[in-house]
Amino acid sequence: MRHFLIRALKKPFTAVLVAILIGFLVGAVTLAVGGYDPGRGYGLLVTGIFSSTRRTMQVLVNAVPIIMTGLAVSFAVRTGMFNIGADGQFILGQVTGAVIGYYVPLPPILHPIFILLCAFAIGGLYAAFAAFLKNRFGIHEVISTIMLNWIAYYFMNFVVNMKSVKVPGSQHSPEILDTAKITFFSREFRTTAEGEALIARQPWLESLIRTDAGYAILVMIAVTLLLWVVLKYTRIGFELRAVGYNYYAAEFAAMPVKRNALLSMFISGGTAALGGAMLVMSTSYFISMLGATEGYGWDGISVALIAGSHPIGCVFAGLLYSGLKLGGTEIQSRMGAPTEIINIMIGVLVLCIAFAPALPRLAERLERKE
Amino acid sequence: MNLLNTILLTASISLMYSAPLIFTALGGVITQRAGVDNIGLEGMMAFGACGAAILCHFSGSPWIGLVVGALFGATLALLHAFVAVTAKGSQIISGIAINFIGLGLGVFLTRFLFDGAAQSNSTINQNLPKVLELIGIDKSKSRLLESSEIDLTVIFAFLFAVLFWFVLYKTKTGLRVRACGEHPGAADTLGINVTRIRYICTILSGVMAGLGGAVTALTISYRFTPTVISGQGFIALAAVIFGNWKPIGATLACLLFGFAQALTVVMAGIPWLPTQILAMLPYALTLLILVIFVERSTPPKALGQPYFKGQA
Repeated sequence: MRHFLIRALKKPFTAVLVAILIGFLVGAVTLAVGGYDPGRGYGLLVTGIFSSTRRTMQVLVNAVPIIMTGLAVSFAVRTGMFNIGADGQFILGQVTGAVIGYYVPLPPILHPIFILLCAFAIGGLYAAFAAFLKNRFGIHEVISTIMLNWIAYYFMNFVVNMKSVKVPGSQHSPEILDTAKITFFSREFRTTAEGEALIARQPWLESLIRTDAGYAILVMIAVTLLLWVVLKYTRIGFELRAVGYNYYAAEFAAMPVKRNALLSMFISGGTAALGGAMLVMSTSYFISMLGATEGYGWDGISVALIAGSHPIGCVFAGLLYSGLKLGGTEIQSRMGAPTEIINIMIGVLVLCIAFAPALPRLAERLERKE
Repeated sequence: MNLLNTILLTASISLMYSAPLIFTALGGVITQRAGVDNIGLEGMMAFGACGAAILCHFSGSPWIGLVVGALFGATLALLHAFVAVTAKGSQIISGIAINFIGLGLGVFLTRFLFDGAAQSNSTINQNLPKVLELIGIDKSKSRLLESSEIDLTVIFAFLFAVLFWFVLYKTKTGLRVRACGEHPGAADTLGINVTRIRYICTILSGVMAGLGGAVTALTISYRFTPTVISGQGFIALAAVIFGNWKPIGATLACLLFGFAQALTVVMAGIPWLPTQILAMLPYALTLLILVIFVERSTPPKALGQPYFKGQA
């Protein structure tokens, strides 16, 4: 028993499991203190996610943007940069998607590809700027990327508010052209007789037709695998990880650490921006004036931390997070309990992950006692 | 006359926006000088703002609001201290978690107490005393002063700055705090209880951030909303660096950031300058100032490193 405990404590995955457990526990206590039945709440959470394949598909669709920001943060963390700026980079991706999606007419398949390339470049450069500030002036990326987040957020509002952009009588930009949309089936198709007939004939397609499911899911999977392969099997990935492990050792080994910091942030920012562009191309179709950021980048930080900064882990962590959020809206609409309960759970979960370095030390202490 | 009015107005708005930053930055100075990084100041401010707005609304006294705001901040800081000092976990991750928890709990409480609304009721009628009133100047009689006003909390902020400077540099306790941030091993050898000092300083940073949030809620927005704290915690952190980890330096930095925010208010009427571009100003200025000053400032040597007993 004791041996098992010691072995388990040394595994990084244990910390995540314990963290998730404690997160749920604190969530239950908070619900109970607020006078809500935690059992019923978690019941709603589960049915909110699994009651139909359409809802489960919705979890996946909602997960795509936060998996992308999660990947962005993870990639940077592995290379020793803490990219808190995924939010700003994501926002620039949204702006790119909305602007090029409407103003640059291109043929169907080419249009989304062009948007993705532009978004990647813009988000990447924006993040690389933070790396430049660190290389050149020694400004810690945590502070610089926060400031860049706010600048990006106000920039989006500025773009939406421009006379030539804002749709008169609304608070948003014009809807992107059909050529730029990347859902499997168009939204109009859902309500046509043809669409209804197809769902009747092939019920399994319902979850794809009645949600915003689209090629964004495939791009997300491709990016996940690509980042994982780059980190694990390429020379550049090795160098980047080496800097993450020990900056000075990497520098001593004549690795170009400063250039690598730029590169790692470029890839990270680009990934986050892809998420933003894909959100516009598959779900929102335009950008709006916002009173506060939607926080996709912040969700991505939690996702990355839960995933232990592993690209594949991000997919699962993103699904967990997205499921919790969708379930959280169910708790609010059916029970009246504030949906912020989910934020508290996630916060506690992340806090527990901060404890992670303590677990192996605990294992060592147990070992010494034997 | 008109110009003078504008200048006075700008000055009083600058002070209004600076006060919460000063409180929070002083908290940042004290915890970082003791060697504990705290990027959860933002969440502590939000939670403090929530506590202050709610208690001020229900008790009718802004003073109770201030105290409760400080306590709310301290509660979160205790959590952070436990992770950072006792468990020796990741201070950055813990700080991020605190930011989630602070805002999450704040909005949760607000929704719970105000029938599902994400913002608390206004406390505009429960004002903290204003300075000009206190010293017996009748504003309505002076055309010069009619648009400017200073909250008492601004004076508190400056008093705290002097107090922190005095404690940190002129007392034995301050020397011990600084020792814990520079070389905890050496401090420990001299019989200083590193754990205790780091705990006290971290909790104190929560008290100060909570006060900062409370001041924001009680003197600027007059209520708690999910966006009432929007980056001020991080701007305060930047002020700590800009101020070279010194109380007076950080206070001056906060005045500059407050001035930038005041400019966005005062210049809002200019037609060729879009408000969104103006709103970027404090954040862009923060970056610019860091570019100029960061190399001239030296952080405490042991900042962010957990202390293991017996380590050199």
